[in-house]
Amino acid sequence: MSESIIQIQHLSKTFGDGTEAVHALEDINLDILQGEIFGIIGLSGAGKSTLVRCMNLLERPTSGTVVVDGQNMTELSEKALRLARRKITMIFQSFNLLMQRTCLKNVCFPMEISGVPAAQARRRAAELLEIVGLRDKADAYPAQLSGGQKQRVAIARALATDPKVLLCDEATSALDPTTTASILDLLKDLNQKLGVTVVVITHQMSVIEDICTRVAILDGGVVAEQGDVQEIFSNPSTDAARRLVYPGGVTPAQYPASTHVIRISFNGGTAYDPLIASLAIDCGVKVNILGADTRNVGGKAIGTMLLGLPEDPNESAKALSYIRAQKNITVEEVPDYHE
Amino acid sequence: MSEALIQVFESWGIAKVPEQIAYLSDFGELAFSVWETVYAPALATLFAYVIGLPLGIILVIGETGGVRPMPKVLMRILNTIVNLLRSVPFLILMVMVVPLSRLILGTSVGTAATVVPLTVAAAPYVARLVEISLREMDRGVVEAAQSMGCSPWQIVTKVMLPECRPSLINGATNAAITILGYGAMAGAIGGGGLGAVALMRGHGRNQVIVMYVAVIILVILVQIIQSIGTAWSVKSDRRINPTETKRRT
Repeated sequence: MSESIIQIQHLSKTFGDGTEAVHALEDINLDILQGEIFGIIGLSGAGKSTLVRCMNLLERPTSGTVVVDGQNMTELSEKALRLARRKITMIFQSFNLLMQRTCLKNVCFPMEISGVPAAQARRRAAELLEIVGLRDKADAYPAQLSGGQKQRVAIARALATDPKVLLCDEATSALDPTTTASILDLLKDLNQKLGVTVVVITHQMSVIEDICTRVAILDGGVVAEQGDVQEIFSNPSTDAARRLVYPGGVTPAQYPASTHVIRISFNGGTAYDPLIASLAIDCGVKVNILGADTRNVGGKAIGTMLLGLPEDPNESAKALSYIRAQKNITVEEVPDYHE
Repeated sequence: MSEALIQVFESWGIAKVPEQIAYLSDFGELAFSVWETVYAPALATLFAYVIGLPLGIILVIGETGGVRPMPKVLMRILNTIVNLLRSVPFLILMVMVVPLSRLILGTSVGTAATVVPLTVAAAPYVARLVEISLREMDRGVVEAAQSMGCSPWQIVTKVMLPECRPSLINGATNAAITILGYGAMAGAIGGGGLGAVALMRGHGRNQVIVMYVAVIILVILVQIIQSIGTAWSVKSDRRINPTETKRRT
């Protein structure tokens, strides 16, 4: 069991006051472990960006504590906080590079701020550019780079102060899928090689699937669910989680209101074509597939299916008990499907 | 040749042509006027930036949610002063600061004395120009700097000013041209320069040719300042002109 590097307890953030108050975050509790890649996912407005800014105190929490690497961030003086921020750096969706500086000078920047001698900073910056694969772009300006290259420079810059935590705020949201994959690979690589803890904020499921070990689902300012990525994805237990895991869903209007709907989840190992087929053969019951989705999580096939059971209660019960008897399948009633 | 020129002008019905040609032919006198036109506004622009640059920076970083929030009362006072000074027409302001010119320079007449009202008028203008430039700054980049542990002073000197350099140069060009125009106006109350020449000779003594020549020289001066400013701004902007600089090794 590794130690936790970020501990968030009872964190709340309210913008404005009185009747205009907006509760962006309410009673957040998170434990991010040293060396892991932790994902925070949520739809727009869920409070992800506010949460990540509370970790380095770019936003001051209204209440609660944020402990990073043993330091209670909320109690630090401005000056101590600036020092602490060198250990918990950040990359952004819009890269936020200094456009009037070369790549090398951009990477030098955090070292310049912290008083590293110029020659030493330049050497280190060159090394970092090498690590992110942009050695040859040292003297180029950000305007000459592609989005993916800019993010690589931003990553090199974020690593310049040897941080313990790298916060990624929608770092791949402005990039195309191929570039996203290469940036995620780089983050994974850095996590393994340098042991830097990575916190990934995203609205993209695929990002979480690709690199995160654990995930917290943020919905309306609260943590709806948190835990192992595989566990949560194979069996999302809250609405918020389901909306994220199966964003497509199905349109309920197409089906008669009397349809008894269940959701079955395949927790790896079982293919589901045979299930539906054998259900028809063994029980003589025909079920209606209202929706299905499969994904590959951590190398395991995970899927879910929405089934409309026959209207006849006997047949319906027969089908249900047949499915319940299967291994690696979780069954769940969906009573509010038609609402 | 000047005989022919005089005849042409006289045929257009212009009076006192020989007198005007004689004045314009005296290169030294004209050059001195140009010099006066340039040096007072140049000094004033410099002083205006000494006051206006910090003031403009404070207007941006001092507001609520800025890099270094300052007391609301202070911000309101600064904004009011800037607005008040900017709303007084320059000709009136010039007369109003006569006591200040006397205090600082011991005199309120002459080209040097116009530096004082020019500075007073231009400083708040420069503050607003600087403010406009700095507000173009990408909030995200400032946030990134904060996330790296930059102090407010470092954000101003290492992020905001360098990143806004092209826009600040454009602002300075604008300021210099406006102040040059004010300087020409200062000719009305005893300042020297081309403005005074155009006013005193052109208008006062009905020397139309002298007036036009003075105005044309002013136009050329403005063109030169604008061209230099624009070229400098573009050349220094690494977003549109990312020429790789030779690294010192």
